[in-house]
Amino acid sequence: MRRLCVALGAIALAVSAFAAEIPPSDRRSGYDFMSRETRAMQDDDTANPGMLSVLEGGTLWTRKAGGAGKACADCHGDARTSMKGVAARHPSFDAARGRPVNLEQRINACRVDRQGTPPLAYESRELLALSAYVARQSRGRPIEIAVDARTQPFLDAGRATFHRRQGQLNLSCSQCHDDQWGRSLAGNTIPQAHPTGYPIYRLEWQAVGSLQRRLRNCFVGLRAEAYEYGAPELVDLELFLMWRARGMTFEAPAVRP
Amino acid sequence: MDDRCSRRRFLGTAAGAAAGFGLASVIAVEPARATPSSMQDAIRKVAGAATLTAGRVKLELPPLSENGNAVPLAVRVESPMTEKDHVKAIHVFTEKNPQPDVVSCHLGPRAGRATVATRIRLADSQTVIAVAELSDGSFWSDRASVVVTLAACLEGGP
Amino acid sequence: MANVLINVPRQAKRGEVIEIKTLVSHPMETGYRRDQLGREMPRDIVRRFVCTYNGTEVFRADLHPAISANPFIVFSTVATESGTLTFRWTGDNGFSMTESAAITVD
Repeated sequence: MRRLCVALGAIALAVSAFAAEIPPSDRRSGYDFMSRETRAMQDDDTANPGMLSVLEGGTLWTRKAGGAGKACADCHGDARTSMKGVAARHPSFDAARGRPVNLEQRINACRVDRQGTPPLAYESRELLALSAYVARQSRGRPIEIAVDARTQPFLDAGRATFHRRQGQLNLSCSQCHDDQWGRSLAGNTIPQAHPTGYPIYRLEWQAVGSLQRRLRNCFVGLRAEAYEYGAPELVDLELFLMWRARGMTFEAPAVRP
Repeated sequence: MDDRCSRRRFLGTAAGAAAGFGLASVIAVEPARATPSSMQDAIRKVAGAATLTAGRVKLELPPLSENGNAVPLAVRVESPMTEKDHVKAIHVFTEKNPQPDVVSCHLGPRAGRATVATRIRLADSQTVIAVAELSDGSFWSDRASVVVTLAACLEGGP
Repeated sequence: MANVLINVPRQAKRGEVIEIKTLVSHPMETGYRRDQLGREMPRDIVRRFVCTYNGTEVFRADLHPAISANPFIVFSTVATESGTLTFRWTGDNGFSMTESAAITVD
């Protein structure tokens, strides 16, 4: 416990010099902080377990569902062209809901509004598969988040969450990921928290998971109460993180330790 | 039973790290040369009374792994892989996992090369042993030590 | 529903040693973990993987809980003749999965 306090104290001291946003030239994907072996796992589609989810998503893409008897492909055609860049532009503003929605919510909106079928549960195998399949079509594309008068308030809310001290550890996201990236925390190098490859295959999970699952992990790590899946606060934070990573190359399905 | 205990200890440490978040908890590196008896028993099950000779086998593992859930492993055995002289089987064992057996691969001259690769779980920093069984009845082996670091940001809570 | 990813060259020269990579979706639950309520999670693993080439077994692996989730197995075989490579995974709780790939050998 004493060691813990010392470690946290060191972090608190180090963050007293409040850092600004990471300059574009210094931004690095979490990929750059991984071991050679984990990078190799991501680079080889025949070794990347996230590709199993992509494969399943491809099957679901053409499967008819719901009362409308329609498949994703019936409206969107070949995902390889129609979905190119789409994941790299989410969260994006949804006029009907009057706020940004993330990729999973966009997929579920399609299911409910167009296919006439109940939404898929967050972190369900099917929703992860569909989002992995759609996200795969953005691999190699730059992250582009449109900011306008409609999205600005949500982006600001996400930024505020990123900078707010939270939980029993009283730490903000920024204090680790803006100020301490590249340093070690236990066996890990602290990354810059750019969501360049979600959904990811995380070795710790031994499974594919969404950005919201990862963010909820962080809140638990801070000993803060995690927002529920789909909570506006989490979507706003996703929006801010994607905007913060704007211009970086999308790499889904990424592998992370 | 010993192995099960070390697994529990590992899980306990992991949970502590998850709760502590900032606590540096890299498992101490010990040159674990002494092979626990359960692993010896497992090796004896495949090799019987035969002598295990170091050599001909190359066990490839990263010396440091950032997550014990998926550690890449490759085994290469020097062999012409002919009808007369080939590798019949490649076995992998660990000394500190809950059970010593990892994988047993059965191959023959039709493999062309005596090379296999997979990803394994390591519950702790430890020594891994690969044993090759040749068509002439001889057994060869190689060993490698892996340091498994614990992640700071483990998933926990609801 | 289990998914399988197999990487086999479609074409090979007779006598060439080809590398085969396989990935199958499976949790490989070890039987040593407990869930959040403290209940033991029963073992659920793939126990055996077999590859046959035109009906003849060319590779077999017996898997234990120390094999990572979504087992990844890489091995090799000599391209002897055109035909079919069949891959079969079997395991706990009646798990069975079969996939095949065609190869042209010239």
